[in-house]
Amino acid sequence: MKSAVIVFPGSNCDRDLAVALRETTGAEPVMVWHGETSLPDGLDIVGVPGGFSYGDYLRSGAMAARSPVMRAVADAAAKGVAVLGVCNGFQVLTETGLLPGALMRNAGLNFVCRDVDLTVANSQTMFTAKYDDAEAIKIPVAHHDGNYFADEATLDRLEGEGRVAFRYAGAVNGSARAIAGIVNDAGNVLGLMPHPERMIDAAAHGRADGRRLFEGLIEALG
Amino acid sequence: MKTRVIVTLKPGVLDPQGKAVHHALAGLGFAGVNDVRIGKIVELDLADGTDAAQIDEMCRKLLANTVIENFRIETV
Repeated sequence: MKSAVIVFPGSNCDRDLAVALRETTGAEPVMVWHGETSLPDGLDIVGVPGGFSYGDYLRSGAMAARSPVMRAVADAAAKGVAVLGVCNGFQVLTETGLLPGALMRNAGLNFVCRDVDLTVANSQTMFTAKYDDAEAIKIPVAHHDGNYFADEATLDRLEGEGRVAFRYAGAVNGSARAIAGIVNDAGNVLGLMPHPERMIDAAAHGRADGRRLFEGLIEALG
Repeated sequence: MKTRVIVTLKPGVLDPQGKAVHHALAGLGFAGVNDVRIGKIVELDLADGTDAAQIDEMCRKLLANTVIENFRIETV
């Protein structure tokens, strides 16, 4: 299983994501700088990490989405490579158009940094195969712009097609229909605001609810 | 050629920042403020003759996120 993590100036969860991928795939991920125009051959998983790429200039994820490497990520996604965008990575994926909607300032204006209760909205995606439908899990969030917005027709389509992967169980950031994570129509791109890579080891993190996301994905990619 | 791009949130898109400023204005005693919406202005210094279609493309490709924002182009 070969994976890569994209690194933008201002990424700060790239190493956490790399550790999670290394622990679950058993192989060291390749770190790919944002200025690269291509990805390593034979990739199975691309991680777009959390952080504050380009200082959140213009809009969160807007500058990163236009960086050279994201064209290569879009090409890889089109070929079926699994793409996982966490937090700022989710913002980057919506800004590139790989996922619909946008992530706006939290409704309460506060930066929210705590463990949140999530519900698995669809356990049939390649990212959620190791969870049960409607399972309650806990994963940390740390974001200022996590308020998911899309027009009503898009939200209806996402729900109708089972593309909402995770929802917040309580009020967190004002997200439309409590959406915490969605997949693209092909099902191989997931963006989510919570940080599964920060909860992969019960001894270190208290719980390991995020670990099954990686394990399920690896099993699905077989 | 100086051009100004005004980016605003689409009507109906929640603007928590605008709401907070609205609340603060009320706190300062300013009555009669019905609503506050916050946007941004991008000032561009462009080569003379840059055509309107190109400026429009700049807005759509980067300066505004048309999922949530509208933009308007003003030549100064």
